[in-house]
Amino acid sequence: MPLSNDDLAAIWLTLKLASTVTVILLLIGTPIAWWLSQTTSWFKRPVAALVALPLVLPPTVIGFYLLVAMGPQGPIGQFTQWFGLGLLPFTFWGLVVGSVFYSLPFVVQPLYNAMTAIGLRPLEVAATLRASPWDRFITVVLPLSRPGFITAAVLGFAHTVGEFGVVLMIGGNIPAETRLVSVQIYDHVEALQYSQAHSLSALMLVFSFIVLLLVQGVSRQNTQRKGHG
Amino acid sequence: MRALVALLALIFISAQAEPLKVAVASNFAAPMQAIADEFEKQSGYPVSLALGASGKFVAQITHGAPFHLFFSADQSKPKALLDAGIAQAGSQQTYAIGKLVLWSPGQDPQQGKILNGPYRKLALANPRLAPYGSAAVSVLTQLNLLHSSKTRWVQGENIAQTYQFVQSGNAELGFVALSQLMHNGALDTQHTWLVPSHLYPPIYQDRVVIRDAHERADTQAFLTFLQSPYAEQIIRSFGYALPGQNQ
Repeated sequence: MPLSNDDLAAIWLTLKLASTVTVILLLIGTPIAWWLSQTTSWFKRPVAALVALPLVLPPTVIGFYLLVAMGPQGPIGQFTQWFGLGLLPFTFWGLVVGSVFYSLPFVVQPLYNAMTAIGLRPLEVAATLRASPWDRFITVVLPLSRPGFITAAVLGFAHTVGEFGVVLMIGGNIPAETRLVSVQIYDHVEALQYSQAHSLSALMLVFSFIVLLLVQGVSRQNTQRKGHG
Repeated sequence: MRALVALLALIFISAQAEPLKVAVASNFAAPMQAIADEFEKQSGYPVSLALGASGKFVAQITHGAPFHLFFSADQSKPKALLDAGIAQAGSQQTYAIGKLVLWSPGQDPQQGKILNGPYRKLALANPRLAPYGSAAVSVLTQLNLLHSSKTRWVQGENIAQTYQFVQSGNAELGFVALSQLMHNGALDTQHTWLVPSHLYPPIYQDRVVIRDAHERADTQAFLTFLQSPYAEQIIRSFGYALPGQNQ
């Protein structure tokens, strides 16, 4: 069964969303992960718990609260309206906001692990060479946590591609705006068009497998390097 | 150890008294809940309700979901189960006829004229999946508003989600089922427009008996109860018409 134009539009939209979200997540996730790896503040635990929240919350809970919070009476909705941005639900940028929150732990966790694995020593050495904190971050931390960044980017991207519950709640199923592949598959199934559902689902399955294979490759390379290093 | 035995015994006993499992389309959730409560009280048979989109139930039942009765939001999905030999032949019957409502919580819908105005989002159920959605599309087509409104549609996966879009204020107006706005036999809210029935084809909602459930005593008792004056009164109090009666 060949893919229809609607299917292709959904695939394109999904890739666009996942790329946008991944870039934003790396920008937000890096300082969060770095702060978490360095701080000894009592504030660390609540922040870490907050970041991990989407791991345990059902996506429907996240979606429902986002719908209410981004609505005209909700705090986010009041904020966006005040800035003249309108309301976020049923828009591409609404999905971006939802996905950033939803996929945050998948980016912060690998970054955090990579950054804690560096340990104090390389940073102390760099400091004795009079590297400023910013220098140390750019020339020591970033290169040393590269495998963490690769894993974080791949997982953040893949998790956004696989998103469904949140999108269903705040998307509104608008073609080329909020109708992602996962929603399109769900529609096919509900409309009893199983063969169309099959082609898209098979594509998702192959994609997810390849992604996980890549992540395995990265983490193996990483452990090997450590083993020899 | 004794606690474990007691737990296993409990599971075994509860497995013996398997409730009547009924899959119900979202729009009929409230009346079905009321009917099932009364039926349980009167007959002593336990009933368990599953609420959701009809298409999903067909997919699940086709793949062995253990439902005994299926109350669809339309006629085509029960028929699909009949054609597949999964539902009991001859068991398809209309249990209610749905009514469509345009709802705009913040303002007067002016007998539908609000559809011509400057609104941001119009919520409707996905017309590909839900009969209330395709009814909404018929209305918009009849009113010559299909093209001007289309870019402002937001589609709910089922009518319950469509209701949620309007209720949370994210869409200013939306086509929902009359039953969702009825409470104790009266409309819950002002700002509704009961869409005239000539603007859309009647929403016949059919039920079927899933094959193996036909011989169960509770299945037959429930179907009989559904046609009792009490149950029919509940169905009407949620704004549905009944087949063979004046709409």
